[in-house]
Amino acid sequence: MTALLESVLPEWLAHTLMALLAVSLVLAVASLAPFIFIWAERKVSGRIQDRLGPTRVGGAFGWLQSLADGIKLLSKEDLVPREADRFLFRLAPFVSFAAALLAFAPLPFADGWVALETSVGAFLIVAILGLQVFGVVLAGYASGSKWSLFGAMREAAQVVSYEVPLGLCVVVPVLIVGSMNLVTIGNAQSGWFTNWLVFHDPFTFITFFVFCTCAIASVNRAPFDLAEAESELVAGFHTEYSGMRWAFFMLAEYATMFLVSGLAAVLFLGGWHGPIPLATWLGLTGSGPAGFVGNVLGVIIVLTKASLGMLVMIWLRWTLPRLRIDQVIDVCLKYCLPIVCVTLLGAAVWKLLLPAGVLAAVWGVGS
Amino acid sequence: MIDWQSFFFLLFASVSCLAAVAVVLTGDVVRMAVYLILSLSGAAGLFFLAGAEFVGAMQLMVYVGGTLVLLIFGVMLTARQSLVKVQPHTNEWVLAMVVGLVMLMTTLLPVMLAVGDWGPAAVTESHGGEPVALEHVASPERMGGALLGLRTDADRREVASERHEGLVGYLLPFEMISVYLLVVLIGAAYLARPKRRTAIAAEVRQ
Repeated sequence: MTALLESVLPEWLAHTLMALLAVSLVLAVASLAPFIFIWAERKVSGRIQDRLGPTRVGGAFGWLQSLADGIKLLSKEDLVPREADRFLFRLAPFVSFAAALLAFAPLPFADGWVALETSVGAFLIVAILGLQVFGVVLAGYASGSKWSLFGAMREAAQVVSYEVPLGLCVVVPVLIVGSMNLVTIGNAQSGWFTNWLVFHDPFTFITFFVFCTCAIASVNRAPFDLAEAESELVAGFHTEYSGMRWAFFMLAEYATMFLVSGLAAVLFLGGWHGPIPLATWLGLTGSGPAGFVGNVLGVIIVLTKASLGMLVMIWLRWTLPRLRIDQVIDVCLKYCLPIVCVTLLGAAVWKLLLPAGVLAAVWGVGS
Repeated sequence: MIDWQSFFFLLFASVSCLAAVAVVLTGDVVRMAVYLILSLSGAAGLFFLAGAEFVGAMQLMVYVGGTLVLLIFGVMLTARQSLVKVQPHTNEWVLAMVVGLVMLMTTLLPVMLAVGDWGPAAVTESHGGEPVALEHVASPERMGGALLGLRTDADRREVASERHEGLVGYLLPFEMISVYLLVVLIGAAYLARPKRRTAIAAEVRQ
């Protein structure tokens, strides 16, 4: 498409237009996902607690509740505490949201439909997820409040610990496919759902659940939401925030949740390939208009998988109690890290000894 | 007319340099760390611009995401007013200036002396009359192969006569660094171990 634009426009304008298109699409996903899932969180939590949740705003299911929240937050006063470091206090929410937004750039939504196609996509996403902690830590430090500082310190300890098993979990699919390019990893899982990397061998199956645990911990969701811990720390790192700056933290949280769900979908759950090879049966492949329709189908599949991941996270939040900080670190260092080390070794040995799977080794079928 | 590579080079380079100056001029340790984040992220942007995506991601992961989080974490744990606000003496300023100038010259001078002519014509000519293209993106697969001794950057036939010089992989240095890091990890765990057990045992004996 860049080449098409370049034929009618000067090179710099064509590049700028394509970049603006990619940026606005990523911005749309990263800000619409919180809009939808904050509403979903309210509805699901209501149902789990035997209530109705929002019912009034926008008709039957209260589906415009997030819009009402947004207007309320926009009209609130923007406060800065007297003890705060004004510059850092104002900066912190934007750091958080910018990191969340940037992490969407290397995430593919269909074959080749990615804002930034890079050969190190999986690694880059993990690196940027590590940057998001700065927003929380700076907010906690700059607020000049004890509650905020405690929340930020818990967050720093937690994220630094969980980055290690999370990175190792991402290495397992990279090892099996032999590439860090997320588009290549997604394409390697085409066909039936048995080709998904989560069903590749027993080790990847275990790795998927460790990845889910570490991903929930790295985005600060319950049962790992110690940085907020409203029963002990008022509201943790965002105690002193109000209005739109507080809303940016919420946007960043839900956008990152959607991002790790999407990453799990691409790395383990087949990416833009459905459980049955529907696009291949309908002939929706290749580079022509048929391939375009196939890619649209792929986007729908990725978004569906990511949304299911989000619903599981919401369900977990309203089901499990919060862990203590020592339990959080124990889960990381005593369980997640050893398990993922073993599965990494196991997956490597499996790839070496049984590259075509158990069935091929036993009956000699397949390649 | 400035092309887009130059535009982004100037953008990232100026962000990096201005933030580095701000690190020196500010007196607050946490703000220093924030400016350092900006400076190092600008350097990562330069790596991405040069097509070294792996190095750029590594810069974000190790320096920005790893080192600086630990730095801010350390400041928060030891937050005392005398440590957070830094006010150097005049003689400290002079000493820092001299050391900084010497280090700047040691990095700048070899580069300045290595290139004979800095004119745009000469730079273009050294690449066969073509402007420098950004198409040689180093893929991580090739780097991984080079670690194991599969060097694709040098032509094997040319150096075959000279004891395969320049065709050695990087496995031995990689292993040495790994063992070194393991030693550091075990040392850190040893230093941070709970020392209460012997004290409790002593109390029980009494």
